[in-house]
Amino acid sequence: MKLQEIIKQCGFELKTQNENLNRDVTGGYSSDLLSDVMANAKDGNIWTTLQTHSNIVAVAVLKNLAGIILVNNRVPEEGTLAKANEENIPIMTTKLSTFEIVGKLYELGIKGN
Amino acid sequence: MSISILIAMETKFDKTVEILFELKLSDVMRRDIITIGPKDKMSVLQRTLQKHRISGVPVVNDGTLVGIISIEDLIKWLSDGGRDCSIEDIMSKNLQCLYADQPLMHAVKKFDQFGFGRFPVLERESGKLVGIITRGVIINGTLNRLAMEYQDEEIRQYRASHFFGDITADQKNVSLKFKIAGKDFDNAGKASTTMKKNLKRLGIRPDIIQRVAIASYEAEMNVVIYTGGGSMLYNITEDKISIKVTDNGPGIDDIEKAMQPGFTTSESWVKELGFGAGMGLPNIKKCADKMDMQSKVGVGTTLKIEIFIGEDDEAARNY
Repeated sequence: MKLQEIIKQCGFELKTQNENLNRDVTGGYSSDLLSDVMANAKDGNIWTTLQTHSNIVAVAVLKNLAGIILVNNRVPEEGTLAKANEENIPIMTTKLSTFEIVGKLYELGIKGN
Repeated sequence: MSISILIAMETKFDKTVEILFELKLSDVMRRDIITIGPKDKMSVLQRTLQKHRISGVPVVNDGTLVGIISIEDLIKWLSDGGRDCSIEDIMSKNLQCLYADQPLMHAVKKFDQFGFGRFPVLERESGKLVGIITRGVIINGTLNRLAMEYQDEEIRQYRASHFFGDITADQKNVSLKFKIAGKDFDNAGKASTTMKKNLKRLGIRPDIIQRVAIASYEAEMNVVIYTGGGSMLYNITEDKISIKVTDNGPGIDDIEKAMQPGFTTSESWVKELGFGAGMGLPNIKKCADKMDMQSKVGVGTTLKIEIFIGEDDEAARNY
């Protein structure tokens, strides 16, 4: 499923100015430990986290993730957005919790892989 | 004519077909649309077509698309006597439209089916006219994309082996050094992301880049989190990528313990940022073909990581 479609279906608020919303999302990963994401997220995954500092962008770039979803109404720090725009990593926010948003994504067919 | 070439390509060139399905009308359509009003006179149409050197225009009334009119309509009107009347008396009201989110292939099929010179493009939700598509626009869009992909492919194919092959020397290696500032979380990870891009430019295999990136990031984060700063030296040769990470302390008391997954000495505020989970060193070990760590308390730590570029190695298989 394309990222753009997921944003629409889940009602995410897109915080970055991205042009790569046409990417196919290969699956999802949820974690707030960056090392865990480095070890286990896969190419093209969408990532839910409550971390908001700029290192989430570095992790997403290194793992070639499709995008980052910040849960629980969290907002990205200013430096995070600047970096995400520069690296072209979409950052979205939702008021839902990790548990709820993962359920919603799973219903859309985004599985963990 | 050109469109039938594209249709012929459908069976022959998989790449072109792929592009025609990948590109959306919104990627290529002309957005600077020249329009005309339904109450405008036919003489206005003549001047509009002449001025902009185009062969047809959508007819728009208060922002709503109501028809389309082309140079053929104008010629027919002229041969019928050319008595001045309104556009709406002549225009085609039976509209064939496309939507901005449709793949280019749909437009190709539609041109083939109707033989028109242009189609108005609407936004699906609002039904608003957002662009216009002609055969020329399709061909330009496809060629641009082909050129772009060809360029990417050229860069990708310029593998490290070629890079080294072009250079004559007894020993060949590329060395890049980065300074890492301790406790600077804003710039943490910069060396690793930069190296990932560099390795990509060198044409290193993606799975190898991925392992270098992970090992490198974890090592970089260790320097940022636990030490007062240090450096990372990347050395790329024809058969391996080596990373030497050096810092000025405090040093690791028990290396064996530090290697255990989950063991950590980091402070709670660091953990809250998502670091210091005790997974860094085990992650590096998993990615590396060779890993060696020497440390002296009060002096510092030196970590050496090697990842082989060879076709088939053990860590690559286990990864």
